[in-house]
Formats: sequence, C-alpha cells, structure tokens
Amino acid sequence: MTTLISPAMPRTRIERLRWTLADGWVIARSYLIHLVRNPTAILNLLFYPMVMVLLFGYVFGSAMNVSGGGDYREFLMPGMFGQTMAVGVMTTMIVVATQATRGVTDRYRSMPISQSGVVLGRSFADLVGSVLELAVLLGCGLVVGWSWHRGIGAALAAVGLLLLLRFSLIWVGIYVGLMLSPESASGAWIVLLPLTMLANTFVSPDLMPGWMGAIAEWNPLSATVAACRELFGNPGWGGGSWAAEHALTLAICWPVLITLIFLPLSARRYRRLDR
Amino acid sequence: MEGMTSFSVVAEGLRKRYGDTWALDGLDLAVPEGMVYGLLGPNGAGKTTVVRILTTLVRADAGRATVAGFDVATQSAQVRHHIGLTGQQPTVDEILTGRENLEMWARLHHLGAAAARRRAGELLDRFGLTEAAGKRVRHYSGGMRRRLDLAIAFILAPRVLFLDEPTTGLDPRSRTEVWQSVRTLVADGGTVVMTTQYLSEADHLAHRIAVIDAGRVVADDTPERLKSQIGGDQIDLVVHEAGDLTEAAGVLLRVTGAEPAVDADTRRLIAPVRDRIAALTEVMRELSRLDIAVEDVALRRPTLDEVFLNLTKERTAA
Ligand SMILES: Nc1ncnc2c1ncn2[C@@H]1O[C@H](COP(=O)(O)OP(=O)(O)OP(=O)(O)O)[C@@H](O)[C@H]1O
Ligand SMILES: [Mg+2]
Repeated sequence: MTTLISPAMPRTRIERLRWTLADGWVIARSYLIHLVRNPTAILNLLFYPMVMVLLFGYVFGSAMNVSGGGDYREFLMPGMFGQTMAVGVMTTMIVVATQATRGVTDRYRSMPISQSGVVLGRSFADLVGSVLELAVLLGCGLVVGWSWHRGIGAALAAVGLLLLLRFSLIWVGIYVGLMLSPESASGAWIVLLPLTMLANTFVSPDLMPGWMGAIAEWNPLSATVAACRELFGNPGWGGGSWAAEHALTLAICWPVLITLIFLPLSARRYRRLDR
Repeated sequence: MEGMTSFSVVAEGLRKRYGDTWALDGLDLAVPEGMVYGLLGPNGAGKTTVVRILTTLVRADAGRATVAGFDVATQSAQVRHHIGLTGQQPTVDEILTGRENLEMWARLHHLGAAAARRRAGELLDRFGLTEAAGKRVRHYSGGMRRRLDLAIAFILAPRVLFLDEPTTGLDPRSRTEVWQSVRTLVADGGTVVMTTQYLSEADHLAHRIAVIDAGRVVADDTPERLKSQIGGDQIDLVVHEAGDLTEAAGVLLRVTGAEPAVDADTRRLIAPVRDRIAALTEVMRELSRLDIAVEDVALRRPTLDEVFLNLTKERTAA
C-alpha cells in the first residue's frame, strides 16, 4: 500500500509565506499555460489593446481635443492603461465565480492547505496576467507615438501605480465573484465599462456636464490615470480641483482604501461559504 | 465484535436548514473503517449536504460528526488532513493534460516537484490513464475525467474518501471503470463514503448502505439484509404457452402454499418460497408431469429497487 506522509501544516510565518508564494506560483503557472494554449486568449491579449488604441487614437481621436493642449494619443495612452487595469477585475470575478460552481473551490476548501495561499495565488496569477497586458499596451503606445518624458524611474513608478490599482481591484473581484454565478459575472461588463469611462480616461472631466465631471474627478481610476500622466510627462494632468491636484496621493490612497475594505470582506465571504 | 469495530465516520443528529426546507433532519450515521459505504437516496434527499458537512465545507445547524476521529466543526484542519473529496461537480482543468492536472494538485498539496511527478505517475498508472496522460483533458471521455478527478482526491492517500455521485451521467462501461478504481482504493485499507442514486451501483459496490430520504436515514444495513427485509426468496417462472398459466398457478399454490402473482402479458408467475431448492425441484417435477413447457425459471431475491421503493413509499405514506 502506498503510504504518503502528507506535508505538515506550516507553523512559522516564514513557512506560511513560502507556502503561499509556492501556491501562487502553481496557480499563476497554470494560468500562463492556459494563455499559451488558448489561441483566442492570446488574440484577446494582443489584439484587443491594439484595436482599442487604433479606435480611440485615430477614429475618435481625430475629433478629440486635450484641454490645455497636447497630442490626444499622448493623453489617451495612460487612460488606456488605467482602463485595462480596471477591466481586469472581470477576469478575477469570472474565474472566482466559475471555480466556485465548478467544485474547484470546494476542493481547495477540503484540502489541508493555507486558504489564504489560494486567494493570494489567485491575485498573483492575475497580476502576472496584468503585467503581460500592460507590456503589450505599452508596446502599442510606443508604436502610435506615445512615450514617457520624465525618465525611466518615473515611468516605472507609474507602472507600479497601475498594478497597485489592479491589485486592489482583485479583492473587489473575489468578493463580487463569490456572490455571482459565472453568467452574471460575465454580465458585469455592463456596469463596469461605463464606470471606466466616467473618468478622465478618454475625455477630460472638465469637458463633461458639472455633476458628471465631479464624479469623474473623484473616480479612483481617474486618480491613477492622472498620476500616470504626471509621471510619464503626458499632457492632460493637473487642473483646478483638489482631486486633480493631488492625483499622486489619491492614486495611492484609493487602492489602499479599496484593499482595506474589500480584502477583509472577501476573506469573510470566503469563510462564510460554509453557511 | 461490534465493540471492536472502529468507525471512520460517526454522525449524530445532523440537521441543516436551507430556507424553509430541512435538507437534513436528524441524520445519524456510523461508517466502520475499511468499507465502501453507500448513501442511497432520491434527488433532494440530502446526500450532498451530508457529504459537504462531513468534508468541512458546510456547518451543520445542529448535531455533531467526527471523521477519522476528529470533530468536523472544531478540528476541521485535522479532518482535512485525512480526507479526499470528489464532489458532484468536476474539478479537472480541460486545458491542462491529465498529468499536468495531477501534478498541479500534488504541488498544491505541497509535495515537492520530484515527489509530485512521481505521485502523478503512480496515480495515472493506477487509474488506467497512463496512455492518455499527455493528452489535454478536453479530449477525455466522461469516464476518464471522472477517474482523473478520483485520482486527484487520492493524491495524499486519504483515510476516508468521499465520492458524491461518482458515476452519474456515465455510460455503463465508464461506470464499471470507476467502480474498479473505487474497489482498488478500499483494497488499500481506506474507507469510502459514496452517494448514489443508482441502486445497482450501491448493490455492486457498497458493503453497507444507508437509505436516505428527506434528510434522515430510513434504513441502514448490508445490501443482502436490506433485500431480505422485504421478504425472502421468490420463485420466478415463465411458461411457454399463455394457456398454461392457470394450471401452473395451481402448481405453485400447491407447492409453496401461497397465491402466486401472475402477469399474463409476460406469462410470468412469482411466488415466495421458503425451502428454496426443494420447492423448486417439486415445482419442476409437477410441471413436467402436467406437460407444461417452461421458458425460464429462477430463484431470486427481491431487487434493491423493490426495497428502495418500499422504504421511501412507507415514508410518504407515514
Ligand atoms: N445551498 C443550498 N441552498 C438552498 N437549498 C439547498 C442548498 N443545498 C441543498 N439545498 C436543498 O436541500 C435539500 C437537499 O439537497 P442535497 O443537495 O443535499 O440533495 P441530494 O440528495 O444531494 O440530491 P441530488 O441527488 O439531486 O444531488 C434539497 O431540497 C435542496 O434543494
Ligand atoms: Mg447531490
């Protein structure tokens, strides 16, 4: 008979961290295998950003003005980066909802493993995916004439802010994903997409009607996008309002606040699956 | 003897409510170590709910349960160390190959890379999947997927394995393959708790069966004894000519002392018997003396279907 000694549960903080990272790597790796083997996923990853950049940069862009002057495509790209990070929450939501109905979550929960490892693994995998998406988009941007103008350090800081936003949204995705069926999770587009546009992503808020502009100013996505424009040295940042003047601060505070709220909520939701 | 048996699963008075329905309504269970224990019940009887409580996925509203000696509510971490679960929903990843699936779950069980590879190889072998190991699961048959799912549950060689309807939706051939795998597990000394809606499956596989209806156990015994509960053996006779039915019924009545049930369409007569072989010999001798041609004759026990319908019918009537 096969006897296997099951590995003991981790006891120290370091061990637990190692397990968590190992789990994260295993889950992230299977995500990457999916990507490589699934031609439509690759097409999505590569062509969706290209199509969007062309569509917004050239089709709509020809009719767009940047308030305060400047090239629209230079203005646009940070918006596209930010929007891609925000829309990434869909991936998290759909995967979480699907795994919950497909017995995968049950299997995790019946196993002697660190449950936070599973959740952190999920976020690790999502971040890996987002880095790829961002890399493709940055490439597209360079092709259409966008660039950074304030040095590589500031540019990397901007990328860091984008990933920070994506990271905070992972917890929203897990929380919502655990409450929805996979079908309704896929339908969340309808709510999400307008939210990503009701921001400074494609149009400057001061060109919107008053109340709309106010919402757009305070949209967490706007903070990240404005901060990126500032760090990349692209046109369209700054502005009259408090939110616009403190974009950098807000680009850090918003994600931290979202994480502080939704990380415990999603952890609680996960624990309460036994109700 | 009874006192020496140790139990892998003990449940007392489990209750669980969803909205207005009691999914479990005071369920008791005792599963001796080393056997296949069947939980048999119609749709909505509460089978999945029991399995989910015993595998720490859901908390009971009342009652208590231990698995492998640990309390499912207060010692869930220890329970998880000793169990494997294959639920009603599949967990296999269609885009990965069979081997990659197993290795991934082995890594998530924190086996090292080499150990994971070795264990995956062993299990593929054992579940007859070596040939398909390099193929993506998307191309697997239903039976192969189910076996892969079973193999995943078996990575750490659990002491108690829970299978929720492991063969639902499979064709007879795949079903037999899954049964074979389950038998292998028990041969290794593990305990298997499996739910099923198929009476034949419980009959084939389980050493002991609990019949569940509306959240309670309505019978708990070996398949054999369950069958004899609703009566002993029967003689089952088919005559060649419909015209002989009355005369044959007379023979059965005289020999067995009981009025036989007659089905004219199939020319079948059924009567309960006590002294099996003697009665059968006597019936056959009488029939041949009267020149009645017999198409088929058998001594048989009632099927589990009859037991099951009987048990669940009683409850509905009560
Ligand atoms: N999460 C849930 N929410 C609401 N009701 C539930 C839930 N889970 C089970 N139930 C109800 O509890 C009862 C028992 O369900 P359970 O899934 O345990 O039955 P089952 O014997 O496994 O049935 P099946 O053969 O269909 O799998 C049913 O009436 C079901 O509708
Ligand atoms: Mg069920």
